Amino acid sequence: MISVNPKGEVWVFAEQHGGKLEDIGLELLGRARMLGDKLGVKVGAVLIGDQIKGLAEKLCQYGADSVYVLENPLLEHYQTNSYAKVIDDLIHKYQPQIMIYGASPCGRDLAPRVASAIKAGLTADCTDLQIGDHESKAEGKTYKNLLLQIRPAFGGNIIATIINYDRWPQMATVREGVMQMPIPDVKRKGQIFAEKITIQQSDLPVEIIREHKQGKKVNLKASRIVVAGGAGVGSKENFRLVWDLANALGGSPGATRAAVDLGFIDRDHQVGQTGTTVRPSLYIAIGISGAIQHQAGMSDSQKIIAINNDPTAPIFDVAHYKIVGDLNDIVPKMVKAIKARV
Amino acid sequence: MAYNCVVTIKQVPDTKKITGQAMNDDGTVNRGALPAVFNPEDLNALELALEIKDKFGGKVTVVTMGLPAATEVLRQAIYRGADDAILVTDRRAGASDTLATSYILSCAVKQLNYDIVLCGRQAIDGDTAQVGPQLAEKLGIPQITYVQELLGLENNTITARRNMGNGWQEVKCKLPALLTVIDEANEPRIAAAKRLMKYKKARTPVEIQAQLKKDNPSASDAELKELADMKIAELEKQGLLIKQWDLDNLKADLQWCGRDGSPTKVNRIQSVVLTARESKTVEPTDSGITDMVHELITDKTIS
Ligand SMILES: Cc1cc2nc3c(=O)[nH]c(=O)nc-3n(C[C@H](O)[C@H](O)[C@H](O)COP(=O)(O)OP(=O)(O)OC[C@H]3O[C@@H](n4cnc5c(N)ncnc54)[C@H](O)[C@@H]3O)c2cc1C
Repeated sequence: MISVNPKGEVWVFAEQHGGKLEDIGLELLGRARMLGDKLGVKVGAVLIGDQIKGLAEKLCQYGADSVYVLENPLLEHYQTNSYAKVIDDLIHKYQPQIMIYGASPCGRDLAPRVASAIKAGLTADCTDLQIGDHESKAEGKTYKNLLLQIRPAFGGNIIATIINYDRWPQMATVREGVMQMPIPDVKRKGQIFAEKITIQQSDLPVEIIREHKQGKKVNLKASRIVVAGGAGVGSKENFRLVWDLANALGGSPGATRAAVDLGFIDRDHQVGQTGTTVRPSLYIAIGISGAIQHQAGMSDSQKIIAINNDPTAPIFDVAHYKIVGDLNDIVPKMVKAIKARV
Repeated sequence: MAYNCVVTIKQVPDTKKITGQAMNDDGTVNRGALPAVFNPEDLNALELALEIKDKFGGKVTVVTMGLPAATEVLRQAIYRGADDAILVTDRRAGASDTLATSYILSCAVKQLNYDIVLCGRQAIDGDTAQVGPQLAEKLGIPQITYVQELLGLENNTITARRNMGNGWQEVKCKLPALLTVIDEANEPRIAAAKRLMKYKKARTPVEIQAQLKKDNPSASDAELKELADMKIAELEKQGLLIKQWDLDNLKADLQWCGRDGSPTKVNRIQSVVLTARESKTVEPTDSGITDMVHELITDKTIS
C-alpha cells in the first residue's frame, strides 16, 4: 500500500510480446499524457521483458516522459507472478499516483494480482478516464483531482464512475480500442531508467508448455467500414448478404453476440462490450436490435446506418440513416447502388 | 490420487433481464426487481470441479459470500453434486469491492482443505474478472486464468489450456493453484433429481431464523432462539444444515472488509440514456438507397 501522492506520475503498463509492443499500451499513453498534463505530472511507462530496451524510444514518441525498463531472461515471457512482483516493486519505489493497464487477457490477469498485493483499488474495463473532484457528503470534504474511472456495469445498463481517494495508486484497466491512438512524435525524447530486481525460478510457478497465436482473422479496429449482421439475418447462409455488402464497400464484416452464438460467423467478428470496440467512418447494422452491450462497441462510429424491420428497434436511436424494412430486400439494393457508383 | 476442490460461486441479478422497471429514478439498479441467478461462469467452474471429483475422487466444497438469499445458489450446487457448502454472510461485509471480497473469501478458503480453487472468470453484474486473481494472491498460490480445458492432473501437477483471446496457451503448475474458468470449458450438468429431492430442505441458520420469525409473529426473541436451536439441531442430524460463517468465525481483520476495506468507491452512477442523433429516414426503395449512397460518397464516407 502506498500513500496518497499528488506529485506521483501517471503510469502505463507497456504490454509487449515477443519484442513487439501491443497497440493497447500506445493507446493508453495518449490518455495518460492528457491526464498527466492536467495534473501537471510526468507520464511513465513500465516495460518488462528480455532484450526490449529498444522499445523504450517508441514509448517516448507516443507520450512517455520516463520509461522504466526491466530486462531479464526470466522475464522474457509474460507470467503473472514475476511481472506482478516487478510492478509491485516499482510502485513502491516511485509511488506513481495512477497506473493503467490494457484490459487485454494479460492486463486482466496481471492488474488484479498487483492490486491485491499492494492493497490498492482497481477498476476493470474502463471506457473513459478523466480527472475530476469528488465531494464526500458524509465527510463534508472535497477530494481534488482524482482519477475518474468510468465504466459500464450491470451488463452495460448503467455507467458508473469509480474513484479511489485514500489508497493509491489509482488503478484501472482500459478496453482496447476505446482510447484513440496518439500520433507519434519522432522527435520526442524521454528518460530511460534501467531497473534491477532479483527474479528467481520460484517467481515462475506456472510453466508455459506451448502456445499458439492466431493473428485475428479480422482487424475490425483498423477497418474504416464495418458491416455488421445480427440475429435478424436469420441463418449462416443468409449472412452472405453481410459479406456481400462488406465486400462491395471494402469493409469488414462484424456481428452481434447473438449472431455469433447462433453460429452465423466466428467470434473474432463480434462487436460490443464483450467483443471488439470499433469506431469506423461507417457502421452498417443489419438485423441488429441495438442492445446496450452491442451499442457499447459501436456507438462512436462516425456514421451509422441501421436496417431493421422493427421501427422501434433501439438501434435507430443511434443511427444517422434509418431504413425500416426487410433486410433481404434492402441489402441487395444497397449492394447494387454501391456497385453502380463507378 | 484424490483432489479437494473449493469453488467460489455468486448469486447475481440476471442482467439480461434489465428493463425500465428495474431502474430506479436515480439511475441505479433495483436489484429486487430482477430475478437472481447462479452466475453463469461459476457453473462452469463447479462443473469442472465435479468432473475432477468424478475422475479422481475427492471433495467439492462451494463457498458463496452474500445475503442469506444466496443460500439458493449453494443448494443449486448441492443438487448438482457439491459435497459441502458454506454461506459467508455478515452485514459488515456489505459494500465490499473486489479487493475486500477476495480478502473475505480468502479467510474462508484458508479454513478449508483444498488442492484446487476454482472461480468463474467473471460475474455478470460486475464483469470485472478480478476476484479470482486477487483471491489467488491472497492465498499465496499461482493462478491460471481463462481455463478452457483441463488437460491433465497428475502427481499434484495440473495442466490446462488457457484461452488468450488471440490464441491459446498450455500451462502447467504444481498444486495448490487457483483456476478461473470460462464458458467454453464445459456444459454444466443439471440438478440431479435424486439430490434435489434429498436436499431441497437444506437450510442455513439465517434462513431457519427468518422462517420461524415469519411463522411465529408473536413469539419473543428468547422463544424464537429456542425454536431455531431445535430446528438447527434437527437439520444437522439429518445432514441438511448448510454451514454459515460470519466475519468473526473467519477471524477476518475488519479493516480489510466491507466499505473500510474497499479502496474503490462509487462517485456517480448513470443509467444509460441513449441520445437520439440527428438522423434521416431513408425510404427502402432503389431511389431512396441510391440517394443515400450518393450522399455518403459526397461526404467521403465511402470512397
Ligand atoms: C454481459 C453481456 C455482454 C454482452 N456483450 C455483447 C457484445 O459484446 N456484443 C453484442 O452484440 N451483444 C452482447 N451481448 C448480447 C446483447 O445483450 C444482445 O443479446 C445482442 O446484441 C442481440 O443481438 P441482435 O441484435 O443480433 O439480436 P436481436 O436482439 O434478436 O435482434 C435482431 C433484430 O433483427 C431484426 N430483424 C429480424 N428479421 C429482420 C428482417 N428480415 N429484416 C430486418 N430486420 C430484421 C429484429 O427486428 C431485431 O431488432 C451481451 C450480453 C450480456 C448479458
